Amino acid sequence: MDDSISCKCNWTSKYLVCLVIFLSGALWSSRDVLSNAAGATTKAPPVNSPAWTQVSPKPQTQPLPVFTINYPRIQVPFEITLWILLASFAKIGFNMYHKITIWIPESCLLISVGLVVGGIMYAVHGMPPAVLTSNVFFLYMLPPIVLDSSYFMPTRPFFENVGTVLWFAVVGTLWNSLGIGVSLYGVCQIEALGLKDINLQENLLFASIISAVDPVAVLAVFEDISINEQLYIVVFGECLFNDAVTVALYNILSFVATMPEVETVDVFLGMARFVVVGLGGLFFGFLFGFAAAFTTRFTAHVREIEPFFVFMFSYLAYLVAELFSLSSIMAIVTCALTMKYYVEENVAQRSCTTIRHVVKMLGTMSETLIFFFLGVATITTDHEWNWGYILFTLLFAFVWRALGVFVLTQIINPFRTIPFNFKDQFGLAYGGLRGAICFALVFLLPQNITCRNLFITATIVVILFTVFIQGISIRPLVECMKVRRTNRKLGTINVEIHKRLMEHTIAGIEDICGQWSHYYWKDKFKKFNDRVLRKILIRDNRAESSIVALYKKLELQNALELLGPAPSDLSAAPSLMDLQTKRNFPASDLRNMHELLSKNMYKIRQRTVEYTKKSALPNDSKVREILIRRHISIRHSFRVGSFPRTGVSKRHRFLSLPPRKNMESRSPPSRPSYTSENLLRAPIIFRHGTWIPVATLDLLILCSSIVLSAAELNNTIKQIIFRSRLFSTLFGFVRSASYTLPPGLASLDNAEGPGLEDKQSWKMTLHPCSGSRGTDLELEPLSATSSVSQLQRFSSRQERPLQNRYHQPERREHELGQQTSREPIAEGLWGQPQRDSWTAHRYSRSRDEHRPGGGNLPPSAPTGWAQEPLIQKGGGSQNHLNRRPHWRPHNPHGPQSPGQVD
Amino acid sequence: MGSSNSTLSKIPNLGRLIEETGFTPAHIKRLYKRFQALDKGNKGYLSPQDFGSVKELATNPIGDRIIGAFFSQGQETVDFHSFVRILAHFRPLDKNRAKRPDSPEPINSRISKLRFAFQLYDQDNDGKISRDELLQVLRTMLEMQVTEEQLESIADRTIQEADLDGDNAISFDEFRKSLEKVNIEHKMSSRFLH
Repeated sequence: MDDSISCKCNWTSKYLVCLVIFLSGALWSSRDVLSNAAGATTKAPPVNSPAWTQVSPKPQTQPLPVFTINYPRIQVPFEITLWILLASFAKIGFNMYHKITIWIPESCLLISVGLVVGGIMYAVHGMPPAVLTSNVFFLYMLPPIVLDSSYFMPTRPFFENVGTVLWFAVVGTLWNSLGIGVSLYGVCQIEALGLKDINLQENLLFASIISAVDPVAVLAVFEDISINEQLYIVVFGECLFNDAVTVALYNILSFVATMPEVETVDVFLGMARFVVVGLGGLFFGFLFGFAAAFTTRFTAHVREIEPFFVFMFSYLAYLVAELFSLSSIMAIVTCALTMKYYVEENVAQRSCTTIRHVVKMLGTMSETLIFFFLGVATITTDHEWNWGYILFTLLFAFVWRALGVFVLTQIINPFRTIPFNFKDQFGLAYGGLRGAICFALVFLLPQNITCRNLFITATIVVILFTVFIQGISIRPLVECMKVRRTNRKLGTINVEIHKRLMEHTIAGIEDICGQWSHYYWKDKFKKFNDRVLRKILIRDNRAESSIVALYKKLELQNALELLGPAPSDLSAAPSLMDLQTKRNFPASDLRNMHELLSKNMYKIRQRTVEYTKKSALPNDSKVREILIRRHISIRHSFRVGSFPRTGVSKRHRFLSLPPRKNMESRSPPSRPSYTSENLLRAPIIFRHGTWIPVATLDLLILCSSIVLSAAELNNTIKQIIFRSRLFSTLFGFVRSASYTLPPGLASLDNAEGPGLEDKQSWKMTLHPCSGSRGTDLELEPLSATSSVSQLQRFSSRQERPLQNRYHQPERREHELGQQTSREPIAEGLWGQPQRDSWTAHRYSRSRDEHRPGGGNLPPSAPTGWAQEPLIQKGGGSQNHLNRRPHWRPHNPHGPQSPGQVD
Repeated sequence: MGSSNSTLSKIPNLGRLIEETGFTPAHIKRLYKRFQALDKGNKGYLSPQDFGSVKELATNPIGDRIIGAFFSQGQETVDFHSFVRILAHFRPLDKNRAKRPDSPEPINSRISKLRFAFQLYDQDNDGKISRDELLQVLRTMLEMQVTEEQLESIADRTIQEADLDGDNAISFDEFRKSLEKVNIEHKMSSRFLH
């Protein structure tokens, strides 16, 4: 096993090395060609570059060229694309073998690759990557990172610890800046170092640069070992807000550093400016956050562009704050925090998923690029090395951080319910890695600062030292120190309810004691929110409890997971990535499930024809179906081993049955009064999904409608009855549905079956989301003449008795392993690999048996299904049917006779 | 200091109370003042009506349950000692206090915090949270946000999740197990002011 992995890794790494060489080759060769134009990539590409004319001279006398190369035209986007690709490939490479990223943080690996690429570039050309300027960083690369962190900020723990977070972010950063700056200034007075020309302002400026902590790597580690929530959120919040503080401080100090003389009044002006910058950022953040929330209130009919508003408004907040030289990071953080809650309620589920995924994608991409560039820049910039200064910088950065954490914790601890103990403090102090912000800020230093190169060198050393040494060692250290851990996994409904109760209890107790804490403010805000904000900002204004929201949350998580499992995301928010189901399934099942889930999603998309239309997004119904089915699987997972009950106990409510009747008290089986002719005339519609059979649903999700024989229908109905408890509870929860049982069908589940003619076939059609009322299942008899002979039928012949099916886990696993991708139906099982796989197997087996060729499908029908409009019956459902194309099983080997199936 | 002593001297059995609850004298003093403020008419005990005068508590969905927790079965009054003892459930855990094996379980231990929460559900004191009891709590906490049917679904699901022995109710053990991963010490603690 190990061999095969390493083999694979070797192969992959060779592949990657080739790619890296190719890409970097492309990058520098492009610069060879364009030596004059290089470095100006952020501006408009030079159109009349002299280099260009050399490559492809275009004398006016020549006739029309048949083949031309116009590189300058595409240079900027081309290079950017190559860089991004290169960095992404590197990232893919590390994650090939997951054990690497466990022990060495990804940022280290990225920097290393950057170093290699930088080395190549340096050896060949010596030109720094032109894409990388501070302007680019601050305008294009920083916003996604900050948006990512703030959008996925775990809101509740953040607000519970907001005081501590701000305390560390603001005071801690000031402390570090002052401490390091002044001590370095002291060091500069030592004659031997020859650094007398660095004055106090410059030292402070430098100190402000390197006091920004950016513990991406640490957060990844903390998340992995689920460190206690308080520590996590403080590190998380600190790194977010201290960026804002640092940038503000930097702007002030860089102005001060260029002043010839600093007076007392300037110090106060500086402080005032500091406050203005922060509050201004806050203001614009709120402004655009509410604007975004308000806008999404009206996007119900333009779902396609919904996600866009989130990005545009947050970027607008960033830019406008930048325009007024306010704290743009503060603005975008506030904007994201403000709008998130309202936007996510306004937009469609799909948009919400899109937003989250794109935010994450952009953030991860930026981060990857930055660390990559960091490596490149380390090699390609001019360095000025001064042992004394650099070593003292390292020392002070570490000492002041530790000291700061220690002192600040002593001050904040009495105000905390759970004080930080020594180990937490250690984690906090040791987690103070330096990263992207320092790197970008130091390159932003004005050229007229004397020791610019020394500062750059020192900053890079500090970054490399902290990222490599501390980043790699923090996991073993924290693990061996046994820092308090916590379970940050999303809870069950139980946990949610009990937590709510406890919060109310504490609030009540505090009221009795006549004191208040954040629960008090939380209550106040909640009232204000419910009464005012929600009315303005949210379209469908119904206050929602956190318990109800948990359902939504789970859905969202599952949906996000669909788009690709991302457990290793650097700054993934805990509330998002931790799937509750992870706790309930064994790892192997989970893996299977993951696979099934993701594959199935794409299958469904392929099958949704609306998706191909440019103007429309696929409707939500399919996803809803999927989610619904996931709910069921989650429900089952709570009752491990107890699910397959053959007898259904009395206490269960059956929404699909007439009131006050349950299974036992049902009227004795009687033959249906409907003849098949009657049924033929009257298509039966099961409203609101109370009767969706799971086994049939598998097929329905894939092909919208299927055809059943009477016996199969009978069998299906049995399953329906068997599972109706689950569905009714589920649907009863999702929306309070009205339901009627068609008379006569109540007895379909009796042993003899409905007594329908065996020749009779039935078409089941799923109409998801007609209106907003859930799912309709339509059962429609097909005339005996039309269809059965043409259509592949859903066979239930090989069903084992229900109980047996459920009690064969080994067999199931075995079968799962043997599945191949050519069985789309197997991939179509979604969220229920345990219980539903049998359906797939049964189905695929029966298909294979029916097919003499043993499953070799013609290439034109790789999935085994063909799109063909079905013969339509039943005038009442005509509209539905016309709107949706129908998929049906297609048998490439000709028709089956009904007798063969049964 | 003098005033502190004079307040404290009014409390009988102070030493035992401190030992039992783990509150500092400063805490006790503050709580005593609060007790007196709540005690309309200086009766020396609190009645449910006294608690009812706490305005915020009236809006708390489980306010009357919390009040009820202060009164032991059948009693209509609560004196200062019991008052403090109830509140001591919510004292944060001590980190540094050496654990003496012979000492009784502290009043603010995880298990007693849990038991307190459990009792807020279990109003009929039969050691189980029945579906109806759960429904009542849910109803008050969720107010008008959900329909009765949804409420029942939530309750069903909740019980199904936690119910291990299949009696359609949550016993204390099951309750404890379902909250195994929750930081009860944190959730059920309040920082008492001095």
